[in-house]
Amino acid sequence: MKDARSKKPDLTLVSPFLRSGDTLERPEKAETGERAGTRAEGPDFPAGRAELTEIFASGGDAGAAGFALAQLPAGKPLLWVQDRLSALEAGRPHGGGLTRFGADPDRLILVCARDAGDVLWTMEEGLKCAALGGVIGEVWGAARALDFTASKRLALRAERTGIAVTLLRFSAPEDLSAARRRWRVMSLPSAPHPGDPKAPGAPRWRVELFRARDRTPGVWEAEYDGASHRLRLAAPLPDPALAPPQLRTAGG
Amino acid sequence: MQGNHGPVIHDLNAAAVHEGLSRGGRVTDVKTRVPDLIVADADIAADAADLARLAAWSRRWCPWTRADGTDGLLLDTTGSDHLRGGEAAMLADMLQAFAASGLTARLAAAPTAGAAWALARHAPGVMTVCGEGETAERLARLPVEALRLDGETALLLNRLGLKTVGALGAVPREALMRRFRSRREAWRNPVIRLDQAFGRLAEPLKPGLPDTPLRAVKRLVEPVGGMENVTVIVKALLDDLCPEMEKRGAGARRLKLTGYRTDGGTSSVYVAVSRASREPGHLAKLFAHRIDRLDCGYGFDAMTLDVMAFDPMDSEAQDLEGKSAADVDVTRLIDRLTARLGPEAVMRPAAQGSHLPERAEVYTHAGKPGGGAVRTERARPLRLLPYPQEAQVLYAVPEGPPARLVWQRRTRRLVRSEGPERIAPEWWREKSTTRLRDYYRVEDEAGRRYWIYREGLPDDGRGGAPRWFVHGLDA
Repeated sequence: MKDARSKKPDLTLVSPFLRSGDTLERPEKAETGERAGTRAEGPDFPAGRAELTEIFASGGDAGAAGFALAQLPAGKPLLWVQDRLSALEAGRPHGGGLTRFGADPDRLILVCARDAGDVLWTMEEGLKCAALGGVIGEVWGAARALDFTASKRLALRAERTGIAVTLLRFSAPEDLSAARRRWRVMSLPSAPHPGDPKAPGAPRWRVELFRARDRTPGVWEAEYDGASHRLRLAAPLPDPALAPPQLRTAGG
Repeated sequence: MQGNHGPVIHDLNAAAVHEGLSRGGRVTDVKTRVPDLIVADADIAADAADLARLAAWSRRWCPWTRADGTDGLLLDTTGSDHLRGGEAAMLADMLQAFAASGLTARLAAAPTAGAAWALARHAPGVMTVCGEGETAERLARLPVEALRLDGETALLLNRLGLKTVGALGAVPREALMRRFRSRREAWRNPVIRLDQAFGRLAEPLKPGLPDTPLRAVKRLVEPVGGMENVTVIVKALLDDLCPEMEKRGAGARRLKLTGYRTDGGTSSVYVAVSRASREPGHLAKLFAHRIDRLDCGYGFDAMTLDVMAFDPMDSEAQDLEGKSAADVDVTRLIDRLTARLGPEAVMRPAAQGSHLPERAEVYTHAGKPGGGAVRTERARPLRLLPYPQEAQVLYAVPEGPPARLVWQRRTRRLVRSEGPERIAPEWWREKSTTRLRDYYRVEDEAGRRYWIYREGLPDDGRGGAPRWFVHGLDA
C-alpha cells in the first residue's frame, strides 16, 4: 500500500551514505496480513524504537507532540529542539504537562534553534550522547535544510546509537524523507472523562501511518493511557481512501 | 585536651600563668591547687582556622603573611614598614589594631624571622624593634628555647650549661656541628637555628596565599594563523594544562584562550562548561566552535590558555566498560550545544515560587544548577504559548461554560470544558488593577484542546468587560 513517492529512496541509490558499521539490510516483512484497516487489531508499538520517526500535523495541533511522547521511553533524559517559528506558534513544552505523557521535565533539555539547519545539527549532536532516551525535533513548514540527505543522516545515526528520534513537522509538505515511519496525526474528540461527562478526558488521535519499512500502512484511532504509559491503537478506521472526507480536511 | 591520664592543660591565660600553672599539667591535679579553675575544651582545628584568618587579615600591613605554629604570625614587612612611618610606628599600629579586636599581642621586628620569633616571645617588653646589626646583642641574653628548638634539645643544651643564646654562640662552631651532626631537622639542631636567627641561612617565608593561576603558555617559533594550526596549538595547551589541573584536583569551569599577535595586539575567546572538566578531548571540542572568532591579524607568536574559574573535582569514576556516567554525558552534550548555539538557546525548566503559570515555570540555561521543574497536581497543558494570545469567547448561558472560541480569525465550537481554576493575581508584585484569571480546559468539536482563561470578572471594578486569552495547547 506504499505510494509511488515513498518508494523512490531505494537503498541502492543512497549507498554513499552507508558506512561499514551500519546494518541496513531490509527488515523482513513482519506480517503481511491483510490490508490495513480491515482487521480490528492494531499493531503494537513498543516505546523507544531506535529509529527516525516523522510525524506530520497541522499548525495548532498539540496532539502530535503527545503522540510523539507516547512513543518514547518514559522518564529518560529528553532533548527537545524547536525552531523559532514552532516555539512562537505552537508554544514551548510545559513541564507540568509533560509529566502526563510520561516525560520527566527535570531531565528535559530544550533547545531553541534559529532555523531548521540548527535543529538538524542539534539533533545530530544529541545522537552522539548515548544517555538520552529520545530526541524530538520540531520544524515548522517546508525547510530546505531538511532534505532527503539530512533525514538519511539522522536515520542512520539513530539506528547506530540506539536512540529514538522523532521529527515533528507542522504545516509541512510531505516531501521525500528517509524516516523509517511517517505518520499523519490529528486530534480526535477525547475519551469520556471518568468523573465529569462534560470535561475532556484521555486524549485520542487519528493516526495514519502512510509510510513504513516493516509494516503495512494504515489508519488507527490511538488512545493514550498516561498511568501505564501505553499507546493503544484501537478500533481502526477504514482505509484512508475510504475515510469520510470531513475527517481528512478538519485539520486545516 | 586528653593526655595519658585524663585531661591535661592545652593552653592557659595570663591569670593562670600567674597562679603558677603550666601547659601539660593534669587538670585534676591542678584543680586541687586552684579549686575555682575554669576549664574549657580545646578546639585545635578552630584555633588553626582562626589563626589562618588572622594571617589573611594582617595582610593589611604587608603582602607576605603566614600563620606560624599554633600561636604566632610571621609577616615579611621588608619594604612595607616605611609606609607606616618606620618599624616602631608600624608595630605600635599593629598593637593597637590587635587590641581593638580584643587580642593581646607580643610583637618584634627583626632582620630575620628567627630573631623576630625569639624577641617576640622572650624579650622583656611587648614590643621590640631590633635594627640591622643588633641581632647578636639583643639575642645574647635570651634563653636557648628562644631559638625555636624542641624541649628535648633545649633541655640537653641546658644540661651542657649552655643556657643563653649568647653562651651557645660563644661555643666554637666546629664543636657544635660535630655534637649535633646527626640531627637533620632544624628544630633539633641548634646550629641551623643559630644560623637562621643570625641570617647566615636563608629562611624564605612561604605565604599562605592562594595557588598560582592555572595557565599554559606556548611560544611559537613562527607566527601562525588559520584554524587548523590554532586547533593544534589548543590541543597542545590543553595537554599541558589538564595534567596540572589533575594534580591540583581541579576542573575548569571557564577557560580563556588568548593569542598574542605579531602586530602588537591580543585576541581572546572564552569557553564555559556546565560541569567542571579537565578532559582535553572534550574541552578541545568546545574550542572548535570558537576558534574562528579569533582575530589572527598577521599571525600569533604566542598563545596562552588560562583557567578563569575552576571547581574542585575528584578523579572521575568510570564503569568497567570505560564509559563515564550518564549524567556526565548529558552535561557534555549541554556544553557542546552551548558552545555553538549560545547559553540562551539551551534551556531546562526551572520552578519558581509562583502560581501564575508563566512565572511558576521559567526556562533557564541548562547548565545552571538549581531547582527542578514544577510539580503540580493541577492539569497543565502540554505546550504553553510564549505569551497569552487574546481571543473572543461566547457563552451559551450567562456565566456558563464557554461555548465558542474565536482565535486567530477562526471560530471553534467548544463541546467540552472543565473549569474554572481560579488563579489570583500576585498583589505583592503587581499593580492593584491586575485582574484574576479563571482557567478552563476546553475541547472543540475536532478534538483539539486549549487552555484558555478569562481575565477578570464582569463587575470586579478593575476595568471593563473581562477579556479572554488562549494560554496553552494540549494534546
